[in-house]
Amino acid sequence: MENLEQLVQDGLSAVESADSLQALDQIRVEYLGKKGVITQQAKTLGKLSPEERPAAGQKINEAKGQVEQAINARRTELEKAAIEAKLASESIDVTLPGRGQDLGGLHPVTRTLQRIEEIFSRAGYSVEQGPEIEDDYHNFEALNIPGHHPARAMHDTFYFNPGTLLRTHTSPVQIRTMEAGKPPFRMICPGRVYRCDSDMTHTPMFHQVEGLLVEKNVSFADLKSTVEEFLRVFFERDLEVRFRPSYFPFTEPSAEVDIEWGREADGSIKWLEVMGCGMVHPKVFEYCGIDAEEYRGFAFGLGVERLAMLRYGVNDLRMFFENDLRFLRQFR
Amino acid sequence: MKFSEQWLREWVNPNIGSQELMDQITMAGLEVDGFEPVAGEFSGVVVGEVQSVEPHPDADKLRVCQVSDGEQTVQVVCGAPNVRPGLKVPFAVVGAVLPGNFKIKKAKLRGQPSEGMLCSESELALSDNHEGLMELPGDAPVGQDMADYLKLNDITIDVDLTPNRSDCLSIKGIAREVGVLNSLVVTEPTIEPVEAVHSEVPDIRVEAPAGCPRYLGRVLRNVNLKAETPLWMQEKLRRSGIRSIDAAVDVTNYVMLELGQPMHAFDRDEISGGIIVRMAKPAEKLVLLDGQEVELTEDTLVIADHEKPIAIAGVMGGEHSGVSEKTRDLVLESAYFDPITLAGKARHYGLHTDASHRFERGVDYKLARDAMERATELLMNIVGGEPGEIVEVASDEHLPADRTIDLREQRLADVLGMAIDRTTVEEILTRLGLHIDKLLKDGWRISVPSFRPDITIEEDLIEEVGRIYGYNNLPVTEPTGSLGLVARQEAKRPVSAIRNYFVAQGYQEAVTYSFVDPKVQKLVDPERDGIALANPISADLSVMRTTLWSGLLKTVAYNQNRQQPRIRLFETGLRFEQDGERIDQQPMLAGVVVGGQYPENWANGRRTADFFDVKGELEGLFRLLGIEVQFVASQHPALHPGQTAELMREGEHVGWLGTLHPQVQKNLELNGTILMFELFLNSIVTGYVPNFKEISKFPEVRRDLAIIIGSDVAFADVERVARKHAGERLTALRAFDVYEGESLGEGNRSLALSLFWQHPERTLNEDEVHSLFNGVIDALKEELGATLRS
Repeated sequence: MENLEQLVQDGLSAVESADSLQALDQIRVEYLGKKGVITQQAKTLGKLSPEERPAAGQKINEAKGQVEQAINARRTELEKAAIEAKLASESIDVTLPGRGQDLGGLHPVTRTLQRIEEIFSRAGYSVEQGPEIEDDYHNFEALNIPGHHPARAMHDTFYFNPGTLLRTHTSPVQIRTMEAGKPPFRMICPGRVYRCDSDMTHTPMFHQVEGLLVEKNVSFADLKSTVEEFLRVFFERDLEVRFRPSYFPFTEPSAEVDIEWGREADGSIKWLEVMGCGMVHPKVFEYCGIDAEEYRGFAFGLGVERLAMLRYGVNDLRMFFENDLRFLRQFR
Repeated sequence: MKFSEQWLREWVNPNIGSQELMDQITMAGLEVDGFEPVAGEFSGVVVGEVQSVEPHPDADKLRVCQVSDGEQTVQVVCGAPNVRPGLKVPFAVVGAVLPGNFKIKKAKLRGQPSEGMLCSESELALSDNHEGLMELPGDAPVGQDMADYLKLNDITIDVDLTPNRSDCLSIKGIAREVGVLNSLVVTEPTIEPVEAVHSEVPDIRVEAPAGCPRYLGRVLRNVNLKAETPLWMQEKLRRSGIRSIDAAVDVTNYVMLELGQPMHAFDRDEISGGIIVRMAKPAEKLVLLDGQEVELTEDTLVIADHEKPIAIAGVMGGEHSGVSEKTRDLVLESAYFDPITLAGKARHYGLHTDASHRFERGVDYKLARDAMERATELLMNIVGGEPGEIVEVASDEHLPADRTIDLREQRLADVLGMAIDRTTVEEILTRLGLHIDKLLKDGWRISVPSFRPDITIEEDLIEEVGRIYGYNNLPVTEPTGSLGLVARQEAKRPVSAIRNYFVAQGYQEAVTYSFVDPKVQKLVDPERDGIALANPISADLSVMRTTLWSGLLKTVAYNQNRQQPRIRLFETGLRFEQDGERIDQQPMLAGVVVGGQYPENWANGRRTADFFDVKGELEGLFRLLGIEVQFVASQHPALHPGQTAELMREGEHVGWLGTLHPQVQKNLELNGTILMFELFLNSIVTGYVPNFKEISKFPEVRRDLAIIIGSDVAFADVERVARKHAGERLTALRAFDVYEGESLGEGNRSLALSLFWQHPERTLNEDEVHSLFNGVIDALKEELGATLRS
């Protein structure tokens, strides 16, 4: 039986020195396989008396168990090492940039328009569209700007022929919307408008958003809150807003809207004009077949580029239409 | 409208500073555009008197003068041509500082000591007149500080008036507003009729009473037009932006600024016969005061004599009948011209005058007589003369009717959102010059004065009350309305979803002008003519785009010229096309791609974008929209003939995809392979609402085949034939390899296809799949001449 102990010692040291899973497997076969040296020890049991057999058998089993345990432990070790080696070989430089498409971006005018549309559509305003080549009637006449009206001179209109023109504002969409439906109305109209004017601060095309609300009971006070809230929501700031009497042929009373934009040297508020607005002129209702005694409305109009410039700090209007990628990429 | 603050304060003088005054009128709707001091900043300048003038011993153009500053007489060397003994001039003494921080010191000019400087208007920044010394009146007190003498503590205020407020195109009108805002009484000059001293009256005939409902004339005889306009009047004019010309012109301008009535003075001797107010006759010509000769159109109202036109009514007088130093007798004109008749006339002749500006907006139709009396009086104070009777020709039926308007208290409260107490309303209206004719049980009956042609309806009165009460004093309330829901079509995707898709694909959105260069457009869309603008801003922005490609390709050029090799742009917007009588305005979606398909980096490589990259992106879009679109090989004049696909949806043309034709590319001076697409937005935005189908529990079967087929046979045809014979259980067909090579023989290519079958209710058996598969192979052989690749 000294032999058995020696075999176990030999086996354990062989397991210890096994450096691969294959080598380990070989050791298992050599010691514990059917013909393994420890397994073979069972044959010696026949030579023993029946009384000695159980104790000797147990010894052999213990020997097998000892070696088997060592093999399993060693296998776990070797497997772990193998995984670690594999992982080590698979490591990458995670700081290299990723593969695939770059992200593009929306034009800042669109970005601004979408923001405006979102703000108003959440308050139940619909978004309406209209033609850009307009007729004189919708662009002027129905907005209470007859042919001789001095306000026409303020518009610098692009004409195709005397009755056909590029719309100078988005206000004709008011008319088209009211012609096509029945009050109440709550709508905005974003879009391109055109004026025959081009210099540092004017481009011959720009964007406006027109808003219109017609209800049975709406007042200038309601207009004030709508405009003030819009400006505060848009700029995400609690800024001062003031309403200055002005004149648009299609609203009465009319106002221009100034916002607080910095301070003068003497500490007083620096005002910046951003919008025009007013109560829908009864004449406009008349053109659209709406009873001005039953319904009242307010309308407002704003320049999208102006708001985008203020919001994003753009200092040159003309950049919006140069479409320089180095400019556009700043708005994605 | 520019005016002097001092002048305004002569009429109404609220106890507030200049800035507050300007803020106040701005907030009343008369927007102050700016202001400027009426003179430069200077000190040490007094009224000086030239006592003697001697030639300079060493300089021809200089003179040595002795000048008194009231206390002492000093020597000043002066080069001005109008220096002469007895002249009173602004005298900058030693130690004076002139505008621009120019300090006056003792000096020697060509050897002669000079202590001080005699000044021109421009040296005091009063005007840009630097022709000689500023000549002061003989009664100017020698030694008085010039700033005090000229009352230069004044500013010129520039008000940008809206076109409805013609009543504020005068000191009188602005003073009225300031009076209302400060609850102050306005002091007007007293205007008394000037008694006639002779019986000569102008012969006036108004043949066009609709255009000229009122015309007043008066003869002023024996005037001395050499008489100088007094400095106070010159100064008021100057501070209101009007240059002094001569007494007659200055007085008419003065009255226009003061009261708002444009006037005109004719030389009586140049009027042949009498005055006729009529429409111009065909091809009549007139040389205007500014020297230009115009050919009059028949819709122009003119003032004529018995032979010829002598003025364009309400715009500008003629040169011939204008007054000059030699004029002895004047005919003064004060009239009311109809705004609609005059609208646009000045512009038609390339003119814009102070008179036309006022008449087009509407002058007070009852003002003409007062203005005539005022002008006569002022003029006689300067030039003397003998006034005759005023002749007035008026047509009541053509004059604006006097208006009365009812203002309802409830309506006022409803529109403004607040009730304003009755006394406040009445005070506002009254101070504005509106007359309360009658108290009604629910409001007021108001008569509108002739100087407010803009007030015609109740809302106008409401605006007046709101404006003076102060918009910013009105409440702020949130509107209320119905909370009804709005229909929304699920199958229709918003354009914003399409934009976001392209942004995710690496495209930058562009916004280009809707009018483009006709030359560029001709290149990219030669078969259509863009609608031309009658008055384009420039030749390269003169026709409406028929395709968004025109603008996008220009944008490509712009960016390629700025070292941007990789460009991916898209745009949405209208394109315009004449369709018979009507104009078709279609929303489009277009894109251009040039340069690397991916941003260049270690992993993306440098592959240039090709047709199939962009096609793949469009296919992705169509999946997003839930639509099926076929790409059909086709031809487009701007696209490469072998790389053009027409996009069809259910048999309808929906757009184009292709490579820009190399020749067009060269003409546009663009680099690289440029891929472009354009789609009709309305044709693609509506897809379908998903409709669930049971998922089959049974296995899917795949069979692959490779065929050799003529390169001219389109994959679309292979797919069509294969699908036709693959039976109804075919679930998918894919091309997984396309190969062209010498081994296949000239004009051939190899296509490898996978076909997938699945039955919803059972497992497909080997035999039926085999027979379908063979059926596909046989059909490809027979119908398209394919051979199986071994």
